[in-house]
Amino acid sequence: MTDVPQPDIGPDTLPQERSRAMQLWGRFRDHKGGIIGAAVFLIIIVAVAIGPYIHTIDPQFLDIRSKNQGPSLIHPFGTDNLGRDMLAQVLAGGRLSLSVGMVAMALSLFLGTVVGLFSGYIKWLDGPLMRLTDLFLALPLLPLLLVIIMLFRETLRAIFGPETGIFILIVFVIGITSWMHTARIVRGDVLAIKNQEFILAAKSGGTREFNIILRHLLPNVMSSIMVSATLGIATAIITESALSFLGLGFPSDFPTWGRLLYDGANFLQITPSRVLWPGLAISLTVLSVNYMGDAFRDALDPHKVKH
Amino acid sequence: MLNYTLRRLMFAIPTLLVISFIIFALLDLAPNDPTGNLPLTIPPEVREQIRQSLGLGDPFLIRYAKWLHQFFINEPLNILSQITGAEIFESADRLRIRSWATRSPVVDLIVQRMPQTLWVVGMSYLVGILIAIPIGIISAYKQYSIFDQLGTFISMVGFSVPTFFTGVLLIVVFSVNLHWFPSIYDTNHEVTDWSSFLFQIKQMFLPVMVLALYNTSQISRFVRASMLENLNQDYVRTARAKGVKERTILLVHVLRNSLIPVVTVIALGVPTVFSGAIITEQIFRVNGLGQLLITSIQGGDIPVVQTLTFIFAVLIVLFNLIADVLYGVLDPRIRYD
Repeated sequence: MTDVPQPDIGPDTLPQERSRAMQLWGRFRDHKGGIIGAAVFLIIIVAVAIGPYIHTIDPQFLDIRSKNQGPSLIHPFGTDNLGRDMLAQVLAGGRLSLSVGMVAMALSLFLGTVVGLFSGYIKWLDGPLMRLTDLFLALPLLPLLLVIIMLFRETLRAIFGPETGIFILIVFVIGITSWMHTARIVRGDVLAIKNQEFILAAKSGGTREFNIILRHLLPNVMSSIMVSATLGIATAIITESALSFLGLGFPSDFPTWGRLLYDGANFLQITPSRVLWPGLAISLTVLSVNYMGDAFRDALDPHKVKH
Repeated sequence: MLNYTLRRLMFAIPTLLVISFIIFALLDLAPNDPTGNLPLTIPPEVREQIRQSLGLGDPFLIRYAKWLHQFFINEPLNILSQITGAEIFESADRLRIRSWATRSPVVDLIVQRMPQTLWVVGMSYLVGILIAIPIGIISAYKQYSIFDQLGTFISMVGFSVPTFFTGVLLIVVFSVNLHWFPSIYDTNHEVTDWSSFLFQIKQMFLPVMVLALYNTSQISRFVRASMLENLNQDYVRTARAKGVKERTILLVHVLRNSLIPVVTVIALGVPTVFSGAIITEQIFRVNGLGQLLITSIQGGDIPVVQTLTFIFAVLIVLFNLIADVLYGVLDPRIRYD
């Protein structure tokens, strides 16, 4: 953009060679909240992933004699009313919560991207697909989610077993009810990009439509998909915990953070820490992910480029 | 403008019809037997009669048409005759949507539950707006100040921390440890004198605060962004140049322009507040609409669930429409024709 030499770059690397990803990373790094958010999120993921190998108590092990205990060396987060270790439960619940969040986000991202790409690129599909998006946006989501789970829980549990069945159901319902915003954003981007010269060049070069979408359009809308992805994890985790909190999510034997909170809420007066830890875990995760999303959005916003 | 409103209204009707069909079909085609919870000793033919009496004998499309007729014609007529006290056609024979669990008309149940929800939810939305607007104005005017950074952080926290955690946390702090507020909302409480009024305020405080925190954090971000956009406009510089007082610039010129998008956001947020209230009502045991929905879902009371879900959908479509129309009314630059 300018021909002022950049001092921080070595003599044999031209400014253009700094890849776009590096530029984005540089701008992402400027956002203090984003960096802290990313660090916290990483810590949570690592803790949840390797924590159960260090703190090896089985989360479902009942030790009725040591029930409702406060924090101690053996049970750092205390125990619940059946004597199960809370730390182990929070770690195991985190694995479930995070995987639900990520898989549901991936599903909704996939649906949203496909709908957005097609409605932006193929003219005759635009009208119907956007009407469909509007329709989904007008659906009362939380009541519908509750209803769907109530109606299909038993059937899926019978087919896939208690844990997998409810996992598939929840991921599926969250995924198919949260793709609309991604679709709208992707469609807007595609509409802006598809009349540019490089698409025309690809077309006149004889590239097939499918390959144009896959190789030329998709990489260019990737950045806005990234923002949707981070925010999508946050909403998916919140939705799942809300469902579990209303008693219509995961069962107590496979608790997520939301379910732990729900079970703990009945023992508020005896062991308030049972509510505190899962609640803090949900809040910290969502907060860190939201900060990351903010940083991504700022990094991608062309108005904020500083030189 | 009127033309546009009418056109949008016409467009809302097919949308609502499709949504009602989706809701009806979803609930109806699901594997679920309303007589499943009854004792096994009931002989099959009696069971079949129970199913008939619940209106399950007809084919799917006829049941859907009947439900539509009851919802769009019978119930409004009923409400009309209750308000005016007049007999419109023979209202005693009119078929109404009845709950399977209580056998009372669903609309009556909703009318019973509505005031609690409206009080708690409506109050929290009002409180949220009243707190959010000053915070948004100050953080935009003093951008990057400590107040702004603190405000942004708190709104981020309020936006991220789910209401079921803030609610439980407030209960632990204020009712379990400090005993300042009751943790359960007493619906039978009647306001008759000053002390009972105080009690009503006290029991509404926690649920209203939980929802208000969430609403404030969302709305204040919008107010801030919208104020910032307007503060850099040319007309602000002109006003400053001709010597208008800073206070007048901020509170009259800029605020009025900045509130236009905020008003639409507030209108769009009303339906989501209702669905957010489902969770808050569950925490504080407020027996409002959300609680009715949850208990009917758990009890498999399909007619109540259908009607309530559809009412939520109507709210969403309606407030979308209101937001669009308001935008056109408030902002003379927007022309829909």
